Amino acid sequence: MDSAAAAISCTGVTKTYGSGQSRVTALRGVDLEVRAGELLMLVGPSGCGKTTLISVAAGILDHDEGECLVFGQDLKAMPQSRRTALRGRTIGFVFQAFNLLPTLTAAENVAIPLLINGMGRREAVDRGRAMLDRVSIGDRWRDIPSRLSGGQQQRVAIARALVHDPKLVVCDEPTSSLDHETGHRVMDLMREVAVGPDRTLVVVTHDARIFEFADRIARMDDGRIVEIREGTRIEQD
Amino acid sequence: MRFVAVRMLVGDRARYFGILVGLTFASLLITQQASIFIGLMARSYGFIEDTGYPDIWVMDEKVQFIDDIKPLQDTQLLRVRGVEGVDWAMPLYKGLLKAKLANGQFQTCNVIGLDDTTLVGGPPKMLQGRLVDLRNADGVIVDAVGARTKLAKPPRNPGERSVPLAIGDTLELNDHRAVVVGICEVTRTFQSQPVIYTTYTRATQFAPAERKLLSFILVEAKPGVEPAEVCRRIRATTGLAAWTQQEFQDLTWNYFMKYTGIPVNFGIAVALGFLVGTAIAGQTFHNFTVDNIKHFAALKAMGAGNIMLLRMILIQALIVGLVGWGLGVGVASLFGFWIKNTELAFKLTWQILVVSGVAITIICSLSALLSLRTVLRAEPAIVFKG
Ligand SMILES: Nc1ncnc2c1ncn2[C@@H]1O[C@H](COP(=O)(O)OP(=O)(O)OP(=O)(O)O)[C@@H](O)[C@H]1O
Ligand SMILES: [Mg+2]
Repeated sequence: MDSAAAAISCTGVTKTYGSGQSRVTALRGVDLEVRAGELLMLVGPSGCGKTTLISVAAGILDHDEGECLVFGQDLKAMPQSRRTALRGRTIGFVFQAFNLLPTLTAAENVAIPLLINGMGRREAVDRGRAMLDRVSIGDRWRDIPSRLSGGQQQRVAIARALVHDPKLVVCDEPTSSLDHETGHRVMDLMREVAVGPDRTLVVVTHDARIFEFADRIARMDDGRIVEIREGTRIEQD
Repeated sequence: MRFVAVRMLVGDRARYFGILVGLTFASLLITQQASIFIGLMARSYGFIEDTGYPDIWVMDEKVQFIDDIKPLQDTQLLRVRGVEGVDWAMPLYKGLLKAKLANGQFQTCNVIGLDDTTLVGGPPKMLQGRLVDLRNADGVIVDAVGARTKLAKPPRNPGERSVPLAIGDTLELNDHRAVVVGICEVTRTFQSQPVIYTTYTRATQFAPAERKLLSFILVEAKPGVEPAEVCRRIRATTGLAAWTQQEFQDLTWNYFMKYTGIPVNFGIAVALGFLVGTAIAGQTFHNFTVDNIKHFAALKAMGAGNIMLLRMILIQALIVGLVGWGLGVGVASLFGFWIKNTELAFKLTWQILVVSGVAITIICSLSALLSLRTVLRAEPAIVFKG
């Protein structure tokens, strides 16, 4: 029912947290199709369900009702171990709080997805270094995260999200821990290294000034997608 | 992912040392207390070991341990000698007698009387003089610790150290003159009195006159005859108890295990080490996991499966376990080395290493299990929460 070109295809997805008094409905029937190869931005007021939606789409959170296919596969129906393995191969993550391991060097942090997928340490770290070159902080590969600035740390995180060449990258507010200037540069970099014909990006953001990088922008409110409009990236190119 | 697990652990210095302190403490306490316990218990049969090579000890059937003297009639010696398979049988006197020192004070001594001609059962090591000097008139051999301490002569001038009893000095045992002809070294036992070796005849003269004075009969089995078999025959023909050396040691050990509070006291110390170690190490290890839960969740989101996480936690537990155990055992050995020449008991056997190793393994397994539960329960989705 969904076109083969869809990276993510959600229909009627609902999600409720908690029960009884503390019950919170985060998604109230989301219909969304993310096309393969596009950069989709997800925007909306705080608490409208953006993080919940990308968690479901990335297979790290189970929704309640509806259907969510990722590259045609229903992650929710899969056994836990297969879903975890699939995530390791096909999805890259960029977190708001970077989430780098504080005791590993930049190159080692970048190598983690490769290590998880079974690559040997030396080769993985070498590739991590090469990836750091591509995000322009190759000279800092030996440093541990606490010796890097916020913008540099987010570059390391982006390198980590891309190092295993995933088909889908999900980013939750990748620039909100950074000042505007740095955030802008990080987004520039994302567009440069992350976007490609075989890669789909979903970026949650509040930052109106980076909308220009999007192919499409989906606006959420109160657990639903309320508007989808074309972005400006293609026009800019 | 092995090195990631290692670096997560040792990179977090403060917490890593915290876990190690707990485990080292547990390992140290268990190893050290167990070693003192074994060392102390070995003293119970120290005299049996010192007496050396006779295969068999014969005694009254009611005797429960080495210091439990229930004398026999001298005629029993002849009966034992008549038992088939007995190569030789010699008398041994063992008893507490009062010695009058040069300064007029009295000191109770553990007097050992050896067969006059063969001197079988003499001290394990002579420091001065020779065992055969016991054949000299009134000769006695005194143990070095006793000679230095309780039997020492008063200082020549006030304020100086007292003078150790030496060869040629005399003392009085039950109004009988005794001349020191040698100084020996003995294994420490629970009896803190000085040890005095002399001949059987002389010992029985020192002792208050009694109908029965023969404490033990030391027996050697004929070559080619099983000592156990000879024991059986002695028991059957004389009605006396006959134990091989090992059996008599065990009998003595078991008596002290059963009728003294020693095992319980040390058991409590060891259990305490185990519990405190478990509490500290388990707590800090779990804290370490909880503090890193965001990173574990990130690894989960990025595709690390349960088996991989399990292996990471096991590696971490293995490292702290090995290092903690090693440090504890190392410090305990140092302690043992340090007190080597003192009167403190300490015997670190390989069995103790196994016991403390098993204890540390249990502590680490419990900690790892607790941490694993925390990690497996963690929702990978928490990584997106600021
Ligand atoms: N684990 C949770 N347990 C209970 N309620 C939750 C949980 N996670 C999110 N919620 C609630 O679900 C709703 C949607 O949350 P979500 O984090 O998806 O919003 P968001 O759009 O990402 O907000 P923000 O812009 O502030 O990050 C909110 O009301 C939130 O309080
Ligand atoms: Mg959010």
